[in-house]
Amino acid sequence: MLPMLNLVILYFLFALSIFILPKAIKSQKGILIAFLQMAAFVWFVFKVPLVSANNSELLFLKWIPELGLNFEFLLDGLSLAFALLVTGVGVLVFLYAHSYMKSYDNTAKFFFFLLLFSGAMLGLVLSANLIQLFIFWELTTVLSFFLISFFNEKELARKAAFQSLVITFLGGLSLLAGIIVIGSAVDSYSINDWVAGADKIKSSSSYVPGLILILIGVFTKSAQFPFHFWLPGAMQAPAPVSAYLHSATMVKAGVFLLARLSPALGGTDEWTFIVPLFGVITMLVGSYFAITQTDLKAILAYTTINALGVLVLLLGIDTNLSIKAAVLFLFIHAFYKASLFMIAGFIEKKTGTREINELGGLIKSFPITSAIALLALLSMAGLPPMLGFLGKELIYEAKVQSPGFGSMIFIFGFISNVLMFAVSMKVLFKVFLGKAKKTYTVSRFKNTFFVIGPAILVLISLVIGIAPNLFGKWIIEPATNVIYASPVNVELALWHGFNQVLLLSIATVVLGSMLSYILIKYNRVEVLWQKFNTTVFPVNLPELFTKTIESFVAFSVSKTKILQHGYHRYYILSIIVFTAVLLWVQLFVTKGWQFEIPFTFKPFYISGLVFIIMLATLFSVITRSRIAAILSMGVTGYGMALIFLYYSAVDLAITQILSETLIVVMFMLILQRLPTFTKLSSKATKIRDLIVSIIFGTAMTLVTLKAINVNLSSPISEFFMQNSFQKAFGENVVNVILVDFRALDTLGEATVLVIAAVGVSVLLFSKKSKS
Amino acid sequence: MLSILVGVLYTAGVYMLLRRSILKFIIGIIFMSNATNLLVFISAGLVAGKPAFVNGATTNVSQLADPMPQALVLTAIVIGLGMAVFILALKYKYFEVTGTDDLDQLKQTDSQK
Repeated sequence: MLPMLNLVILYFLFALSIFILPKAIKSQKGILIAFLQMAAFVWFVFKVPLVSANNSELLFLKWIPELGLNFEFLLDGLSLAFALLVTGVGVLVFLYAHSYMKSYDNTAKFFFFLLLFSGAMLGLVLSANLIQLFIFWELTTVLSFFLISFFNEKELARKAAFQSLVITFLGGLSLLAGIIVIGSAVDSYSINDWVAGADKIKSSSSYVPGLILILIGVFTKSAQFPFHFWLPGAMQAPAPVSAYLHSATMVKAGVFLLARLSPALGGTDEWTFIVPLFGVITMLVGSYFAITQTDLKAILAYTTINALGVLVLLLGIDTNLSIKAAVLFLFIHAFYKASLFMIAGFIEKKTGTREINELGGLIKSFPITSAIALLALLSMAGLPPMLGFLGKELIYEAKVQSPGFGSMIFIFGFISNVLMFAVSMKVLFKVFLGKAKKTYTVSRFKNTFFVIGPAILVLISLVIGIAPNLFGKWIIEPATNVIYASPVNVELALWHGFNQVLLLSIATVVLGSMLSYILIKYNRVEVLWQKFNTTVFPVNLPELFTKTIESFVAFSVSKTKILQHGYHRYYILSIIVFTAVLLWVQLFVTKGWQFEIPFTFKPFYISGLVFIIMLATLFSVITRSRIAAILSMGVTGYGMALIFLYYSAVDLAITQILSETLIVVMFMLILQRLPTFTKLSSKATKIRDLIVSIIFGTAMTLVTLKAINVNLSSPISEFFMQNSFQKAFGENVVNVILVDFRALDTLGEATVLVIAAVGVSVLLFSKKSKS
Repeated sequence: MLSILVGVLYTAGVYMLLRRSILKFIIGIIFMSNATNLLVFISAGLVAGKPAFVNGATTNVSQLADPMPQALVLTAIVIGLGMAVFILALKYKYFEVTGTDDLDQLKQTDSQK
């Protein structure tokens, strides 16, 4: 059972190897990858018989079993259906991309990301452990970001990529939280355990919050209202990416997860209320905005939103009919939408525009492409003999029979279908039929790879539309069984007989035709409609999003500016003021201290010394002469040495004298090259600094007084005293401590000095760099 | 009396630290380091005229000056020296490159030159 894992790993390895391909076959990498996808596709096709007998294969590898983290790959009806889509559409998309990307630089990068994405997507649909699924989920998000921003020199593309990244990442986080919340209820992250413990999950108190969190993740990924707006933005990506990620696979990941979790979480009141509600809204929003768009890809993006809404709605209704319809529609949509995106990319390439108002009569220039587009649009409109018709019939049937607020769903579904029909017709007549605005001459051979993908997809759609039963038995039924968690009989037919549903279809066609006729005939209607939309829906979600992010950034920038103002002195000032305040607070809290040492001038020569040091210090501060300042600083240092000497610290005195001498010499060396003191501070700042310094200094005096009284009876000193002579054979205890007991510290100290010396010599003797 | 000296040294150190001139800044650092050394030294208790010299015959060790803080302060003095010298060299180079002694001029980064 290892092949499943190997397959995913193979994708990643292959992706890496793209960069080291030999030159000779480098330009053919699109085709090479298509072969890989083909192999995977064939492998999955061979699994169809196994799965259609309602068997499944599970691959279980331990990862961190203590945390419930394992690698689990599951191949059953549902994951097989998705895997076939990922690999099958993958073959065609890579063939298409091979032609499409030829004129751009950095194709290796592009194919790298796209192939990685395929692998991640495959891993996602095969995952049976939710944490593992989440990892693949995030991987697709990141890769989607790179693919959308492939044309990173365009600001619009960068913005769109950022937007989709932020939204889907937030959703991803929410998903993770949801998985953990629900996972804690059954103490497992394995889907099988979730399904087995479905009743336990549904009755636990964490069900509702967990469900909502997971649904947020699903809705962001699958572009459900109100997160739908990132999808039209993502159309900045190259056409193969739009066809692959943003119609056939990635946006379906949310749908996949919903279907996957349906047996574990579905069927409750919350589920059948929340899920269809958002599905319906998304469906309406998608079709409503699709109709007023004039950019070909934007139209397709909004119709994709519509389709995703339909899928979510159907999964939410949660009857066997609706789930059957959902699985079927999943394929239908992948077939026609991927081909339409590829065709849109082709048109953009050849004509240089995606504005449908600038296009027209393309059938004369590109007869084959237009024929394919015609079939795909028929499928989108839901007309026979395409598979789309079948799907629409089934969806209508599911909606009619849906429990709960079925009538509402039914009415909205009808409206949305009318709009979709109108959109399809509008695109068909405006772009492909009608008067040609320009004729384009293109040599036919070069277009093979452009056309082959859409052609195959549309043909499949047509063939299955006419003879759907085999497809239904082999693929739809196993998938439906998994989602519904009980056997469902799937029988599909193009002709259902003359019934309520057919009447509905006819009504849809009639109304849709009228609407599209009006739109095509009178351009003004469309313009007015767009104006109406902008006044009725004043909130532009992408703009709102950008503004939110911008204001957030501006907020932190302004706060940072206050804190990071760039004036060194004020950093120090704030540190010192803060420390002083803390010290004073502490002194105040412990004000009951008794100072045992009386104030005394004895011995008088020390007092005199202290007095001299103070004077020298003060003089050093106030003098205007640099040499005087440094010399009096030296006086302070030597004074310190004398104090050390008096109070039994001979070594300290020696060191202090040496270092003070060195410092003064060093100062003098450098001084001659430095400017004289200039008056830089105003009187007010001087007074302020003085006050701060005095406050701080006073605090330190008190602290010192206290420090004298604290009895540091350190036994370690006793140890040094006793062992200094006996063990280390040294009479000077301080020296023995430094070079023997704590020799390593001294070594470190010496190292510091060496580094400082090296630094000094580098700084002083390096040649003056150009300034 | 010595405590007051510590306070005065700290006051002077802080005041110099807050000046705009880098030279004064360095002097401030040296004052601060002296003050801190003194603080550590004093806090161990002062013993006049009895350095911590021992030989085999010494018995009454507790009356000698505590060697431990002395060792610490000695290390601190040496490190302080290293630091002061290094900053001075840095300052020299800085002046050579930018031609100013004013700390507020440091605000600009290279890109704004």
